[in-house]
Amino acid sequence: MESLTTPPPIRRLPLEDVEAATQVGASPWAPSNGNGAAAPGRFTAARRSIGAPQFSIRRMEIDDVSVSYADREAVKSVSLPVRQGEVLALIGPSGCGKTTLLRSLNRLTELTRTATLRGRILLDDVDIRQIEPTALRRRVTMVFQQPNPFPMSVFDNIAYVLREQGSRRQRKKALEPKVHSALERAGLFEEVKDNLDHPALRLSGGQQQRLCIARALAAEPEVLLLDEPCSALDPQSTQVIEDLIVKLRDDVAVVIVTHNLQQAYRIADHVAFMYLGELVEYSSATSLFGAPRERRTQEYVSGAFG
Amino acid sequence: MTNTSVATPQTAPPPSVTPSPPDQPLPGKGAVEGSATWRLSDRIGLAICWGLGLLFCAIAAAIVVYLFVQGVKFLKPSMLVTPATAGFTESQTGGFSDAFIGTLIVAAMGISIALPVGVGVAVWLVEYGRPAALARVTESTIEAIAGIPSIVLALFGTVIFSSTALGFLSRTSEGVVFGRSFFAASSMLSLVALPLIVASTREGLNAIPQHVREASYAVGKTKIATTRRILLPSARPQVATGAVLGLGRIIGDTAIIVVLLGATQNFAPTDGILPLNYLRGAGTTLTNFVYEASPTGNLNQPQKAYAAAFVLLMMVLVLNAAADVIHRRARKAGTWSH
Repeated sequence: MESLTTPPPIRRLPLEDVEAATQVGASPWAPSNGNGAAAPGRFTAARRSIGAPQFSIRRMEIDDVSVSYADREAVKSVSLPVRQGEVLALIGPSGCGKTTLLRSLNRLTELTRTATLRGRILLDDVDIRQIEPTALRRRVTMVFQQPNPFPMSVFDNIAYVLREQGSRRQRKKALEPKVHSALERAGLFEEVKDNLDHPALRLSGGQQQRLCIARALAAEPEVLLLDEPCSALDPQSTQVIEDLIVKLRDDVAVVIVTHNLQQAYRIADHVAFMYLGELVEYSSATSLFGAPRERRTQEYVSGAFG
Repeated sequence: MTNTSVATPQTAPPPSVTPSPPDQPLPGKGAVEGSATWRLSDRIGLAICWGLGLLFCAIAAAIVVYLFVQGVKFLKPSMLVTPATAGFTESQTGGFSDAFIGTLIVAAMGISIALPVGVGVAVWLVEYGRPAALARVTESTIEAIAGIPSIVLALFGTVIFSSTALGFLSRTSEGVVFGRSFFAASSMLSLVALPLIVASTREGLNAIPQHVREASYAVGKTKIATTRRILLPSARPQVATGAVLGLGRIIGDTAIIVVLLGATQNFAPTDGILPLNYLRGAGTTLTNFVYEASPTGNLNQPQKAYAAAFVLLMMVLVLNAAADVIHRRARKAGTWSH
């Protein structure tokens, strides 16, 4: 039974640059950029042809931010820029504070009673503590690890975001264009346009997650936070979502937390490596993976720990 | 990290299959584990479980079948629309329309008090629960109410509803408050249903993963909007279950009816405008009618007791079926992974 079909090749970060190209090129879901042969060299094989960012505008500024839960410090004096036009990936082993940092960007950490934040986070040069939380969270929206559409129809999931708080006002007809455009931006419209009134929880996992992205986009945010959006999904859905994230970077600043180093390498323009709450290294994806400055980064991306 | 697990087709080891010893029994069809290999004590335990399960099924079936047979034999549709009257034989004493309508009134009033209060308490306990001490006290209060026998609630109810301040809720004559009315009985009956609704709603709210709430907050929704539009709709099946269980308890209660509704065999309206005069007056329900009509009761007309009991049973079965439908529909709509 074992040698009837060739098992799919396992994508991995090449340490020694020799075998990388062939390994990835044979993958059925890897994009065909010249059958792998045209892309030799460190890391470039796994990289999709996403191209360099066209522009980058600074939207958020994390300035010396520390977050503590009771007396445990989860994030220690981190400073980072968040730019529109780019994808920023936060990587690091479990418990390194990357999700906490992400959640503090739209003040979701405040839902945890014991959490305290020091330092400043600026959104378009305004301290986010001066913005009303509900207003802030419409400008900095978030997609979670588990797909979590609301228990209503596909249409209502988006309409819920567009309507005022708990209100049901604004008729379906009036909201239709906005709902459709949100679904289109998330690349879901073609698949669900005939079933907009079906329950959202009946969609497949990948579709549910794209619905969650559509929902997050419907609020017309400036920053989109993604907390390991693909970790519950199969490889095909993951690729669809990765393509989508890259497409979105021009419209919103994208911050993605990921456990998956290859994913960070494939889609991120800048990568921040965090370890035990500290920001160890922040640089462009190619240099962080290709020529890390810090020893801990080097060890982590090469798989020595994590 | 996948670096360490590079597997090429050539080096992948075949799954090692060691032939099982011949004396071991082969797994049966569908890989169901048989109890033949179990210890004797476990097999006896399993047999007892089976026996008890079948016994309970048999008891339930016996009750339903017996009441069904008796009910079909004795129930005439006219009984549901004819009030009870005085007479010497069962054919002269009319039906039990007042008791039937009384049950409906008590159920509707009781649940319309218990449902909003119960859901409100559950939402507060699960979603807010601050200050923590108050939440703990509330929790144990609800548990205490669940444990109080309804006859004790009834007795307590007479104290409350006989007070002059609440005289407008029942018959009053020359300054003496009668304290027995649909208002009084329904209020106390709502306490019987309340713990079931609270427990069931809490269960429903607790089953919603935290990240679903956060997803709603993360698009700028307030806690109230999230509760109204996301949490309560998600918990609807459990709320419905609690309501149905509560209704069953309300419909089935006798003690509060006897003590707080007066247990007259007919409506005894007071003066006043139409619905209020009936609700302020005394009345009866099916449970009380069954008791009175049974051979131990004052009316002693067992045929009508069976007929009324059959109607009561049907009401409860319909309610349970409704809860089942709601649950099945909810399961079809899907849910989240945690």
